Amino acid sequence: MSTTDNQLPLWEVFIQSKSGTPHKHAGSIHASDKNMALENARDIYTRRGEGRNIWVVLSDQIAASKTEDEAEFFDPADDKVYRHPSFYKVPDGVKNM
Amino acid sequence: MKTAEEKLKDFDAYIESEEKIEPKDWMPDEYRKTMIRQLSQHAHSEVIGMQPEGNWVLRAPSLRAKKILLAKIQDEGGHGLYLYSAAETLGISRDEMIEQLHSVKAKYSSIFNYPALTWADIGAIGWLVDGAAIVNQISLQRTSYGPYSRAMVRICKEESFHQRQGYEIMTTMMNGTAEQKEMAQDAMNRWWWPSLMMFGPPDNESAHTKQSMQWKIKRESNDVLRQRFIDKTVDQAHFIGITVPDKNMKFNESTQHWEISPIDWEEFKQVISGNGPCNHKRLSHHIKVHKQGKWVREAALAFSKNQQKNKATLFTN
Repeated sequence: MSTTDNQLPLWEVFIQSKSGTPHKHAGSIHASDKNMALENARDIYTRRGEGRNIWVVLSDQIAASKTEDEAEFFDPADDKVYRHPSFYKVPDGVKNM
Repeated sequence: MKTAEEKLKDFDAYIESEEKIEPKDWMPDEYRKTMIRQLSQHAHSEVIGMQPEGNWVLRAPSLRAKKILLAKIQDEGGHGLYLYSAAETLGISRDEMIEQLHSVKAKYSSIFNYPALTWADIGAIGWLVDGAAIVNQISLQRTSYGPYSRAMVRICKEESFHQRQGYEIMTTMMNGTAEQKEMAQDAMNRWWWPSLMMFGPPDNESAHTKQSMQWKIKRESNDVLRQRFIDKTVDQAHFIGITVPDKNMKFNESTQHWEISPIDWEEFKQVISGNGPCNHKRLSHHIKVHKQGKWVREAALAFSKNQQKNKATLFTN
């Protein structure tokens, strides 16, 4: 809407809370460069030890699928029940499978 | 292609099934407008709310108290930023929101137009003002707009420390000298009614409640939330021997609720229309600081551009 934004570029913040776990989207922040983005993300989203590692990425660099196209976008997987282990019959008495 | 009417029907059904609306989803203009209004008002409240407390950082009675107060104020700033970000997902820029605040088009909570006169006010603000905010925000964790709901979950986790630190200050003072007790009681007398007004006008006079409830933007009405806060808080007041400044307040055995005297809504109207004790001070301070920060934002951007240019030169050589 506004054309005079001087609030610095928008970044999305992803935080890894523990070693071995995936980075999870936490929210967004404004910053002029990568270092400021990391420091702002730290100050805004990890004031109580919520993270051990942070990713930041410029918001306009993210592509996203559309929720209203959800059905058709994901339908290639809809008719492939054989991808799930429960599709298969295992003879009675077989163990550890 | 679906007609506007069909889209609206789908939207209402989607909300009805307790699904969350996300930024890129289709939504009625009125929903977007309402959400922007509520989110920006909430964000502005967090940021303006730093001022009455900031007034006491340099006069905190101990290093412990000062560190706690600083941490709390930093949280409020953080909460403002989560909420501005959530509002930005709806297509309004941060600049535009700040412009609306400065031109009085956007509001913030009227509670912050009252002054923090003594150290006991810091106790009362944490206990009562944050206490009231928590009751409201717990309910808003289930709001229908995804980014707002997620911001509320995070904020609620952090706010409970705010309320406890305030209650601790009140408890300490109520266990102190006669003078300290008097200060605590005086703060209670001044903050009790404005805290109750924080929930907004009574249900039958609230302009936005009905549509907001239908779209699950608000999950519970002003009066329901206000009563929940009263019931919690009156017991906490009695526990530390502080008096609720309402002589006619009584406990209704059959409903199990505390019943209070009528609220002075005239005062509320005066304060939201700009005639509270600190309206001018709060706003002019925000405008001044925002202007002072302009060169910092510009310098940061110029620095980042130079960095990129230097990097480009490095590769071409």
